Order: sequence, then C-alpha cells, then structure tokens
Amino acid sequence: MPWVIAIMVALTVIAAAGGLAMHNLAMEAKNELSGGATVQIVEPSPTERNRQAEAAEILLAQHPAVASLRRVPDAELDRLLEPWLGAGTDGESIPVPALIDLRLRTEATEAELDSMRRLVSAEAPAARIDAQSSWLKPVFSAITSLQWLAIALVVLLGLTSAAAVWLASRSALGANRNTIEVVHLLGGTDSQIARIFQRSIALDATLGGTVGLLLGVGAVMMLGNQFSGLDSGMIAGGGLAGADWLVLAAIPLAGVVIAILTARLTVMTALRRML
Amino acid sequence: MKNVETEVVTFNNVGLRYGTDREVLSDVSFTLYPGSFYFLTGASGAGKTSLLKLLYLAQRPSRGMISMFGTDVITLPRARLPAFRRRLGVVFQDFRLVPHLSAFDNVALPLRVSGVREADLRKPVADMLEWVGLSHRADAQPATLSGGEQQRVAIARAVIARPDMLVADEPTGNVDPEMALKLLRLFEALNRLGTTVVVATHDVHLLRKVPESLIMRLDKGRLSDPTGALRYPPRREIMPRDDDGIEF
Ligand SMILES: Nc1ncnc2c1ncn2[C@@H]1O[C@H](COP(=O)(O)OP(=O)(O)OP(=O)(O)O)[C@@H](O)[C@H]1O
Ligand SMILES: [Mg+2]
Repeated sequence: MPWVIAIMVALTVIAAAGGLAMHNLAMEAKNELSGGATVQIVEPSPTERNRQAEAAEILLAQHPAVASLRRVPDAELDRLLEPWLGAGTDGESIPVPALIDLRLRTEATEAELDSMRRLVSAEAPAARIDAQSSWLKPVFSAITSLQWLAIALVVLLGLTSAAAVWLASRSALGANRNTIEVVHLLGGTDSQIARIFQRSIALDATLGGTVGLLLGVGAVMMLGNQFSGLDSGMIAGGGLAGADWLVLAAIPLAGVVIAILTARLTVMTALRRML
Repeated sequence: MKNVETEVVTFNNVGLRYGTDREVLSDVSFTLYPGSFYFLTGASGAGKTSLLKLLYLAQRPSRGMISMFGTDVITLPRARLPAFRRRLGVVFQDFRLVPHLSAFDNVALPLRVSGVREADLRKPVADMLEWVGLSHRADAQPATLSGGEQQRVAIARAVIARPDMLVADEPTGNVDPEMALKLLRLFEALNRLGTTVVVATHDVHLLRKVPESLIMRLDKGRLSDPTGALRYPPRREIMPRDDDGIEF
C-alpha cells in the first residue's frame, strides 16, 4: 500500500513539474516578446538604407511607447546570416535589410504599431514595423498546446493516483473487516472505529507520499540539470520557481488526504450495513 | 415499559428469519432479571446463537419487541446502541479475537473502547489473564494460541469490563472439564456481583454444576421453560462469596 502511493506520487510530481516548467517557459517568452517590435528597412541601396534607418531611429526614439531601441549593427546581422548566406556578404550583392530592435513600454498592440508606422512613413518609406510576437505565433501556440498536454497529463495521473490510493486503502480495510465488526460489537462507535483505520492508513500514506516526493523531485532535478546543460536560449526560461516547489510538495499531502477520506468513507459504509 | 430496576431484557413475541427462509426463532417471549444465571439449551441448529445475537445487539428481529435495561432497543437510533453494547460482555461461539492484536490487547479492547486510561488498565488486564491461566501468553497473537487458550482470552475479554449482562455462546466447548468448571466459577463470581449471565450450551452436565441456574430450552426456534424460570421471576439473594478469590 505505501508503495502504490509512492509510485503514483512520484509520477504525478514529475508530470506536474513538467507542466509547471512549460508554463513558466511560455510566460517568460511571452513577456520577453510581447513588449518587443522589429523595424526592417528593406531597401536595396546601402546608403539609402542607412539614411532611412538613422531617420527612423531618431523619430522612433521620440515615440511615447518606445522604452528603448537598438540598431542591430550590420556586422552582427552578417554573423547571424552567415550560416544561410555564406561568409563575405558585402551588402551589395545580397541586400540585407537594416534591423532596429524596439523595447516598448506596453504590449505591442496594432494601434501602437500603426502610430509608429505613420510617424516614420515620410522619412523612411521602406520601413516595416512588426510585433515580435507575431513572428513567434507558431512557437507560442506550440508551447500552449504542450502546456495543455501537461495539464491533461497531470489531471489524468492525479485521478489515477486517487483511484489507486482509494483501491489500496479499500483492500487494506477489506482484510480488516472482521476487526471492524468485533470492535463494533464491543461497543465501539463508528467514528472511534474509523479513527483507528484513518490513523494507520495515514501513516502508510505519509510514508508512501514522502518516498514518492523524494523520488519525483530527484527525477525532476536530474532532468532540470540536463536541460540547463543544453544552454539553449529557448529552454532557459523553463525553470521552477519557489512557489512551484510548494505545489509539488502539496501532491503527497493531497495523497494522504485522499487516503484518510477513503478510509473513513469505507469504514463508515461498512458499519452502516451493521446494526 | 415495566420497572427499569427489575428487568434486564424483555422479549415479546420475537421472530427472526434470515433472508426469506422460514423463521429460525418464533414467538419468543421472556424476561431476564438482574443477578440471575440462565442456561440456554437446545439441539444444534435450534437457534441458540440466533437468540444470543439478538441479545447482544448484532441482529434486528424480523418481528416482535425487545427492550433492554428498560429501553426499547428496536426503535432506538443506531447511534445510541454502542452505549448499550458497552454494558454487555459477549463470548462469541467462534471467539472473534482480533487477529493482529496480542492476547493482552484483545482483553484490553473493551476497556480501551470505553476510554479507560492506559495506566488504569494494565493491572486489571494482567490479573484477568492470570486468572484464566494465560499470563505467560499475554504477548501471543491469537493464531499461535490453542483453541482452548483462544476461548479463555475471549472469556477474559467478555468479563474484563464487569458487564451488566454476560452473554456466552458455548464458552466451554474447547476446554477440558476442569477448565470448564473453573470458567463457570468465574461466571458465577461475576453473577454474584450482580451481572446477569446467559450461557448457551448443549452440554447438559454443565447445567448441574450451577445449582441455582435457570434453564431456557429452545426447540426448533421455540422457547420452553423446564424450570419455570421465565414465568416466575426468581428472587435470589446476591450473596458475596469469596471462596475463589476473584477480584474485580
Ligand atoms: N446467517 C445465517 N443465515 C441463514 N441462516 C442462518 C444463519 N445463521 C444461522 N442460520 C440458521 O438458523 C438456524 C439456527 O442456527 P443457530 O446458529 O442459531 O443454531 P444453534 O442453536 O446456535 O446451533 P449450534 O448449537 O450448532 O451452535 C440454523 O438452521 C442455521 O442454519
Ligand atoms: Mg450456536
């Protein structure tokens, strides 16, 4: 009985940790990207491109929604594109747009972007302004689906765990049916008898829950180390915060509560059938 | 309801059937008086155990009226029954010891159920085990005890709380004649202290061992009364005798 609980708690802890990490990742990415916009100056002539970029920079710096902005240096762009276009792109043969990275004070709404577009359209007609989040829409929806998947998994595992705990405490009580009846006939009250079993099952469940929590958290920390070893910009946001660990710690607690309630319900039901 | 003081149990036209079978008890009426010693006899299958089950509140009758200690127990709310059961001591025909509890803990069970403090129950339980000759087996689990030893534990458990009524179903079925007599003397001692005793047995020799006992006979579920005990309430002195030195 403690082992059933240990295994189910461990699995639920791992699934919950996955779900929480996914959620954190999505939230962090969203925060990072939703307040960002990108200005592209698509203009074949390098001098004209440069002029328009500088003009847009000056104009946008005065826009109330813009917190900060940064012209992405051409050298950096070259380096970013090198894997695709090959080294030594000189900006003449293949026109690479100039890029300005905008940090906004608020979310990048279409209204804000439109007012920026109007602001720069005269001086820099080649400028295209887009919210960064729009580029990453597919990534967001993928993360969101994964998050739902994790939630569904946690719910399913939680239900399975509850059922396993329920069955385990029921079979433990079935073996003690005779004892229940004897104590009943000796004048034990229903809640007296229920308490005896609640106590012993609470002990079992606490033991199982603790072992399960340790196993689950151990596995989560191992996985966490593996992911941080990957050092990928995308995964960096997917860690667990303090509150998340509390959620994980609450899982075995829920297991103990379910076990106790099951014990009580089962004993009470068995007793109701006796005079 | 008659006088509370003078009646322990009254059955009035009680009938019992299990499921839809024929009645195993029919038209059973009697009154048990405080401080009396009753034997319930009858052939195997006559319904002795069934009648005792009604007495120790394990079973509801199919019809009729039962009152106990002056209260109608048929219409009593379920939650009030434990208080009545605590005034009874029961020796079950199949002992019903709790398997994972030691002999000591089995005997201590009625006291613990009644909320007696641990410090206050050590000595009475130890004394009781000594009296039934099982001091050396106090820590033994029921499964490791012989049939007779289990029976003695069951008896010790039934009398430990000095019940107002003792109900014993074939309590001497598994012990030698000498131990049977000794256990009977335990019941008598309890009886002299005021406990009403009901012993079901088909051992006719046992009946003669308690001269002042009253006999109820069951024959195919119907009660007859060879000593006239049930019709004429006996009046017996409760005389303290100290010859077997039992302390309660
Ligand atoms: N739980 C039950 N369900 C159905 N029938 C039962 C049940 N218990 C007893 N009986 C039947 O009721 C009748 C009386 O049984 P009971 O156990 O009261 O007899 P008894 O006088 O105690 O017999 P014995 O001396 O062998 O112990 C029997 O015919 C028995 O088969
Ligand atoms: Mg019987």
